[in-house]
Amino acid sequence: MINFMLNGLDVAVEKGTTLLDAASFYGIEIPTLCHDEGLSPYGACRLCLVEIGEPGRSRLVTSCTYPAEEGLLVRTHSQRVVNTRKVIIELYLATCPSSKVIQDLASRYHVTQVRFQQKHDNCILCGLCIRYCKEQMQGKAIGFVNRGVDRRITTPFDRKSEECRFCGGCMYICPACQARCQGPAEKSAVCNACLNLSPPCLDHFGETMCYLDPCVACEQGRQK
Amino acid sequence: MDALQTGMRSLPELLNLQQQLKKRREQQQNYLAVCGDTGCTAWGSQNIKGVFQKCLQQKGLDHITGLKFTGCLGLCESGPVVIVFPQGIFYQKVKESDIEEIVEQTLLQGKIVERLLYQDPLSGEKIIYAPEIPFYRKQERILLVNNWEIDPSSIEDYLALGGYSAFGSVLASMDSEYVIGEIKKSRLRGRGGAGFPTWQKWEECSEMAAAQKYIICNADEGDPGAFMDRSLLEGNPHSVLEGLIIGGFAVGATEGIIYVRAEYPTAVQKIRRALIQAHELGLLGENILGSGFSFNVSVSVGAGAFVCGETSALVASVEGRVGEPRQKPPHLAERGYNNCPTVINNVETLANIPSIISKGAEVYRRTGTEKSGGTKIFSLVGKVRNTGLVEVPLGVSLREIIFDIGGGIKGGKAFKAVQTGGPSGGCLPASMLDLPTDFDELKAAGSMMGSGGMIVLDEETCMVDLARYFLKFLNDESCGRCFTCREGLSRMLEMVEAITKGQSSMAEFALLKELAAVVKDSTMCGLGQTGANPVLSTIRYFAEEYRVHIEEGRCPAGVCRDLIQFQINTELCNGCGACRNKCPVEAIEGEAKAPHLIRAALCTKCGICLETCRYNAVIKL
Repeated sequence: MINFMLNGLDVAVEKGTTLLDAASFYGIEIPTLCHDEGLSPYGACRLCLVEIGEPGRSRLVTSCTYPAEEGLLVRTHSQRVVNTRKVIIELYLATCPSSKVIQDLASRYHVTQVRFQQKHDNCILCGLCIRYCKEQMQGKAIGFVNRGVDRRITTPFDRKSEECRFCGGCMYICPACQARCQGPAEKSAVCNACLNLSPPCLDHFGETMCYLDPCVACEQGRQK
Repeated sequence: MDALQTGMRSLPELLNLQQQLKKRREQQQNYLAVCGDTGCTAWGSQNIKGVFQKCLQQKGLDHITGLKFTGCLGLCESGPVVIVFPQGIFYQKVKESDIEEIVEQTLLQGKIVERLLYQDPLSGEKIIYAPEIPFYRKQERILLVNNWEIDPSSIEDYLALGGYSAFGSVLASMDSEYVIGEIKKSRLRGRGGAGFPTWQKWEECSEMAAAQKYIICNADEGDPGAFMDRSLLEGNPHSVLEGLIIGGFAVGATEGIIYVRAEYPTAVQKIRRALIQAHELGLLGENILGSGFSFNVSVSVGAGAFVCGETSALVASVEGRVGEPRQKPPHLAERGYNNCPTVINNVETLANIPSIISKGAEVYRRTGTEKSGGTKIFSLVGKVRNTGLVEVPLGVSLREIIFDIGGGIKGGKAFKAVQTGGPSGGCLPASMLDLPTDFDELKAAGSMMGSGGMIVLDEETCMVDLARYFLKFLNDESCGRCFTCREGLSRMLEMVEAITKGQSSMAEFALLKELAAVVKDSTMCGLGQTGANPVLSTIRYFAEEYRVHIEEGRCPAGVCRDLIQFQINTELCNGCGACRNKCPVEAIEGEAKAPHLIRAALCTKCGICLETCRYNAVIKL
């Protein structure tokens, strides 16, 4: 077993456990967009960042790829992590506001404004669909092409792929495809519908809301 | 000299061959070194060499005077450079028509051709011998010194100057632990950018228990304006190869790979030739010199992406996958090429190894600073008088490099900033000129050593525009895998572009700073982590310039096109019509011999009118 400090608690996990899994085992929620239990870690969405190391010499790492180390100090909700995460969520909102997953994240982490120029992309290039197709369906029907800002996901040569079996897995796993719920503030790019309800959980923990997953307030918001 | 044909099988044979080649070289001291590196080749040194050859033949001198087409001689500004040995007479800007005179005067009569000598721009004095030129005098050339004396295509030259004796002594009397200990004592730090201690990298890898390990030489030098690694590979490929073999020995690798970018065809060709030569001589292969140590080296040509200089992306590229970094850990010492322990060193780091081993770490570390030993090669470019490759001890101040060696700013302009460390580095203002060039000092000042690019900027450079340029470069080169780099850099570029167009606000400026800090903190690989540096360092030292752009809508350096205007001073304009004729968009009108007028709506602000006007009537506002 590996012993380390998680938000001030002494915890122990099996060797090889990632910080994300360890945190989730101990009931601490870390947001992710490109992670799925059944797929290999990718480390690209940068939301699961946690702070490791002694204060003053600490750094941010992606918890989905970082294995627990003996004696490591890990903080999942330090001010540095929370601030960074909020700017990243704001950047996601500015890029792909139609996604319910992203809008929910924004509400949960109290991101209530978008200061960047608003864009309306349909894809955040998290690569979940590609890994799903390759690792779960052994399909390899889609992949990334180009690089940098031109990067996108497509079939080889943009043609209908014979490898694709129309399983629909790529759509099932996509965090961006789900259209946002039509909450009370539907006109703006930021939904924040959940924030406009009075939450039954009440507690705010620093900058974040409750750790309940799914959040009751958000669930209620969806039913209305 | 049989060994040259049959290869060597033992250490005494190596020593013997070195002795013989040394003797042969001592008998042949007359030769001409014509610089064959990129700068001088662009000046036409290929033809110079051809004409020399012909001329020497005609005069019957070709048996007496040798002709070497060498690697970079340093002073690229004054190319093509020719040095006459044994005297060491330095001729610059040599034209084909000068050659006969050099042969007649210098080679036959021992006289000096005055007009081809280097003239010190400050004192006006003509200087005959290379080491006396201020550009060279202040340098300490350990890695580049042999460039003057070596034909990079000849292993014999390298051996004659004591090449491969470091490797010989490693095989004769050292083990892995001792070699790593020596490197530790030498305080050598990686020259690729981050300045990680080389011994530590090697030790981690050597401690890994694995049947197969690899050592890779990173020659994917992609910084705009940097050419240190190329010049080493093209000028003295065997020194890099020897360092790689010793590194392979130290970490227990049996295979080495040299990853060179495809944009360096000459370097690829020269290192390939060096590999063949070393193989033929028995310096590579199975059971080298009867020692039981086997080592092979191959060349892997990159596919041209800046990000492939990042180690995990480099490994992906060598494996034939898309050159994209992956999240570390696991580190490469654990899982690198083909999932085997791998160590990656920069070209210049490896070129340092032979001299550490042969001189001893104690001697080596006398050069440099307390924390990092040795010299560093900088490619000094930009608005500086003497552009070229400069090798100085670590810890020398920026002022010494730019003003003493570089000769100060071109055209009598004022110094504004120096950009170090390539696109991910930062800009340092005049107040930081006394900063020593050291990994930690530069980092603390908000820039970095990087691989050694040094771009000097004068007062006509707009720092906002410069930040925009480097951001654009990094944005183009981002692999796009991780969100904060792909989206963060492109948003930063948008925001900086808005500033250069006068379409920004102080609130957006604050957001830019916030975003830059987040990108720096949260990105996967070195490209993104340092990608915010051009913005952060220019904001740190030139915040006022940003403010003037945003609040006053003015570009103080007169660079940002949307913020400048061209006008004609009607009192000075005599209506000659030169500007009107040259204007590519016909934005200038006016009767002959009457003051002209620029129509702002049509003007594209190209500045041709300003350059054309002989009466200083065109003004930039």
